[in-house]
Order: sequence, then structure tokens, then C-alpha cells
Amino acid sequence: MIRARRAILIVVVAVHAIVLAAPWLVPYDPAAQQRLLAFAPPSRVHAIDAQGRWHLRPFVCAIEPSTAIPFRYTEDCSRRYFVRWLVRRTTAAGFTTRESLRLFSVDEPGEMFLFGTDEFGRDVFSRVLVGARISLVMSISAVCLSLALGVVLGSLAGYMGGTVDAIVSGATELVLALPWLYLLLAARAAMPLSLTPTEAFVIIMALLGAIGWARPARLVRAVVASARANDYVTAARTAGASTPHVLRRHLLPQLPVVLVPLALQLVPQFILGETTLSLFGLGVPEPAPSWGTLLASAQRPQVLVEAWWLLAPVVGLVGICVMYYTLARTLRSGPLVSRL
Amino acid sequence: MRVLLERAIRAAVLLFGVSLLSFLLLEAAPGDFFDELRLNRQISPATIAALRAEYGLDAPLMTRYARWVTAALHGHFGYSLQYRVPVERLLWHRAGNTLLLTGVALALAWLLALGVGLATAVTNRRWPDRLAGGFAAALLALPDVLITLVLLSIAAHSGWLPAGGMSSLARAPGLTAAAVDLARHMTVPVIILVISIAPGLLQHVRHALAEAVPFPLALALTARGLPRRRVIVRHALRLAAAPLAALGGLSLGTLLSASLLVEALVGWPGLGALLLEAVSSRDEYVIVGATIVSTLFLVCGNAIGDAVLYVTDPRARTAQ
Repeated sequence: MIRARRAILIVVVAVHAIVLAAPWLVPYDPAAQQRLLAFAPPSRVHAIDAQGRWHLRPFVCAIEPSTAIPFRYTEDCSRRYFVRWLVRRTTAAGFTTRESLRLFSVDEPGEMFLFGTDEFGRDVFSRVLVGARISLVMSISAVCLSLALGVVLGSLAGYMGGTVDAIVSGATELVLALPWLYLLLAARAAMPLSLTPTEAFVIIMALLGAIGWARPARLVRAVVASARANDYVTAARTAGASTPHVLRRHLLPQLPVVLVPLALQLVPQFILGETTLSLFGLGVPEPAPSWGTLLASAQRPQVLVEAWWLLAPVVGLVGICVMYYTLARTLRSGPLVSRL
Repeated sequence: MRVLLERAIRAAVLLFGVSLLSFLLLEAAPGDFFDELRLNRQISPATIAALRAEYGLDAPLMTRYARWVTAALHGHFGYSLQYRVPVERLLWHRAGNTLLLTGVALALAWLLALGVGLATAVTNRRWPDRLAGGFAAALLALPDVLITLVLLSIAAHSGWLPAGGMSSLARAPGLTAAAVDLARHMTVPVIILVISIAPGLLQHVRHALAEAVPFPLALALTARGLPRRRVIVRHALRLAAAPLAALGGLSLGTLLSASLLVEALVGWPGLGALLLEAVSSRDEYVIVGATIVSTLFLVCGNAIGDAVLYVTDPRARTAQ
């Protein structure tokens, strides 16, 4: 069990490190367009050339747009481009070009699209990785926000009881009872429709946090209310301990045990919330990549059938969800909870 | 009787709270439907002011809210600025579509969850139970978006079933043909919804069945020679009815959220798709109305759950 926990923790840390460093790792600028190479399929990375010789260094072949059918490409393996570390590449920036260093890529003028390209010829691999950064950072901050709200409101309700408890519990029940997607959309309706990416980031984060506080609040309220009845709390209060002291010293330290598993459940849920909003054009706007905006272009059945590689963000979505669920499960059976 | 009254009061408070909340949220929103008209130079500010006055948007918030509540109690939910029809006509039409979709999906998902749950409870911890449990856990980790997009692409690719909309333009006349057409269009969204909620329901059913029979009772029943199947079906199921009935009401909320996504992606003209359009075009009263109707669905779902509990559990009948 300990070994499984260590393995999953290493995976989690590695995934987050990669996602956070995404802009410096990806082979293309996620917003750079190459319209002549729209809907290019994923590049094949070869190790054996046409003569049957093996190469230690993998390579890709040149791709040529088909003259007969639009958006079809043929591979021309007479021109080979080897995959190298630290490659200088030029990208078009307005009317000029800009040179940048990429961690790994192929020599110019070769192109390596690991997950193909989208309708504007943007590299899907780079967009998925950089989009993961936006989606993940946003939902983790939203989880922190909702946990903070939940701890404050829940401990107030659990400790004070009476009217405060009635009001907070009533509001919690109300928020929990409503279908959360309807609630999210109704709250989104109160915000301006068109936003810059930064505004959208902050607003969506705040919305998710403001809607997600109910579950932590209910949990914290239950823990604080039951812990409050214990003799050691009564003893501390008889000895003259003030309310902040009792909360800080005796009640709040019991929370991480229940809040950590809940937070791990909330992260994938918030990522899905962000994805859904962006999918409907109400979240992070183009050209900033987030998983929702990426999926928005894959919604049309025709695109879905012809350009299946646009579904790549879904693979990331499932991966992240499974990772968080596994982490929550291994922690639940580990010593963190057995301390209870 | 007192319980019933209490429930009714709570439902009324809930509906009232939701309507007030959505009004306040929309008041905080910058801009309204008429702001886009301002971009058009040919429409003078005076015209826009007159239009706002005509729709009653110039009144203060509380006046408008009071007006709206009075109208809502008479069954009128305002006027849709985008569709240019009274909101209630839109709402009932769309809510009917959503109810059809979610009703069928809910019934199928519960049938599936109860059937598989009972079957696996009888074969406790042997391979069918473990298989179903593992399968449910795996499906639970799949996001609804993925299920929807994959099933849609299969439907679009194979052409077996229509991948969008609610009816075909070219279909044979007659009631039977219409019903068949509707059923064909419903198949994909219903499958998506069942896949997205049945695994969670199955886990709850399985858990409730395992918890339902207290150990001495199970021992006593088994000692009298009752087969395991009978203990589960006759005794555990009835005891499990209480938590399951409560879950039944709540599962409607999950289903409504899932259904919003599916409706928008599949193009099913339901309540979720309506809300989404309304948010994008700032059609205020439609937003308020759709939120209220979704809450109303939930209240009804909870009421049905309570009714099931009342019928199956004698303790609920005698409790004062």
C-alpha cells in the first residue's frame, strides 16, 4: 500500500510539474497558426527509413497538402527531419517572424505535429498541454477558494449554532439541492459576456469557488459541531480559553483529514465545470487554449469523424480525473485517515 | 399531515429563494438585451428608452420582482425578448422535452441499477459482483463530455441512428411513424444519460442493500432456512427503500445537470439548451424561468421520493 501511494504521489507531482512548465516544453507556440496545414493528422514518428535501416534518432517525414482534396496530406519520406533537443525555430508573428528556442522539435522546415493540427493549423499537442495548465491552475485555485469559504462558514455554523447555524445550513442545503450546472450558468449570466482571457480566468475561478463551497461547509460544520461536544473542549473553555483559541487549537486541526479527500474529489469536478463553460463559449475565450475551448471545435459531428485527433483533450481529461480519484482512494486507505 | 405541510413550506421557500437569487444576480449583470441596439446608429436613445419602458425594465428592482412574483403566481413568467413570445409558452414546451428525455433515462437507469444491484447482492463478493463493481467504478471516472462526444461520433460515423435534433424533416405521416422517429432520435441521448448516471446509482443501491439488513436479522432469516435470494429481495430491498427513495429525488438533480450538457451537444430542444441560449443572448426572464422550472423539477422529484417512501416504509407512515 505504501509503495502504491508513493508511486501515485510521484505521478501526481510529475504531471503537475510538466503541466505547469508546459509553455517552455511544447514544440510550438499554442497560438501560432499555419493555415496551409489545417487539419493535418498526427505526424508519424519513424525509426526505420524506406531502405529498412534503423535510426537511433527518430525522425518525421515531410508532409505535402494533397492537390486534389482539401485538408488531405501525403507523406514524402525522401525528405527526413530528425527529432532533436533544443531546436531554434522561426514562427510567423504578424508581418515579421520571430525566432525561439524549443525544448524538442525537428529541424526546419520540417513539422512535427504529435497530435495533429486544428482548423487554423495550430499544433494540438502544444494546445492540449498549455490548455491543461489553464484548466488545472484554475480549478485548483477554485478548490482552495471554496475550501476557504467552506471552512469559515462551516466552522462558524458548527461552533456558534443557533441562528447562524440555521442560516448557513439552509443556504448550504439550497446550493446542494440545485442542479449545479444550472446554477453555474445562472451565475455566469450575471457576468459580462465577452471577457479577456485574464478576466475570464478570475471570474470562472470565482464562480466555481462560489458554487462549490457548500460541500466543504457541510462537512466542516458536521466535524466542528461533533467535536465541540467533547469534554476536552468543555475543559478548555472552563479553563478560560477564548473562542478563537479553542477553534485554532482544538477544532480546526481535525479538518485536514476530511478536507483533503474532499478537495481531491472537487478538483476533477471543477475541471469538468470549466470545460463545460468553455465548451459553450462562456468560459476562457479563444485564442487562449483551455480544454473546453479545444473541445468546442471538436463538437461538430463532421469534424469529429474526419479529425478524430481533436478529441485529444478528452484523453487528458480522463487521465487527470482517474489520477485524482486514485490518489483519493489510496489516501483514504492510508494512515492519513486511520489517525481518525 | 404536518410533515406534508412542512415539506410544502420548504419547497415554497426554496422556489422563492431561487427566484430572488436569480433576479439579484441578473440585476448585478452589466448590460441587458437592449444594449446591443445601442450599437446601431439608426436607433435613437429615445427609442431604446421607450422600448425599455414598454417592457417595464426601467422600474426599480423590487417593483419588477414584485410584479414578476404576482405574474408567476398566475402562471405568467414574463416575456422573452429574443423569441418574442411569453416565457411560459417556451418553458412548458421545452420542459416537456426535457421531462421526456430525463424521465425515460431516469426510469431506465433505475431499472438497470436495481436489477444489477439485486443480482450482484445475491452473488455477494463472487465474480459477477466484482465485475459489476469494477465496471461501475470505471464508468464513473469517465466525464459526461467524453461519453457524449464518443457516442455522437459513433452515431454520425455509422449512420445507424440520428446524431442530433428531435425529429426528422422528412418522415412518413401518421402517429406511429412520428413515435418511431422520436424514439430513434431519443436513443443516443438516453443512452448517454443512462451511462452517465447508472454507475453512481448502482453503487448506492449495492451499498444500501448491504447496509439494509442488520446482522442479527440476516442471521435469523438465514437460520430459518430462507435462501439468500429471498432475504435480499423480500427483506433487504424494503429496508433499503428509505435511503434509496431519498437518493431518487437527488438523482434528478444530477440528471438535470448531465441533461443540460447532452441537450446542448445533441441539439435536443430542451430546458438546458434554452437556458444556454438565454445566457448567451441576455434573455433575462427566460434565465429566471428556466432556473425556476429546474428547481420545480427537483421539488417534484423529492416529493415523488417521499411518496415512494410513504408507500414502502410503514415507519414513515406512523412517524408523527
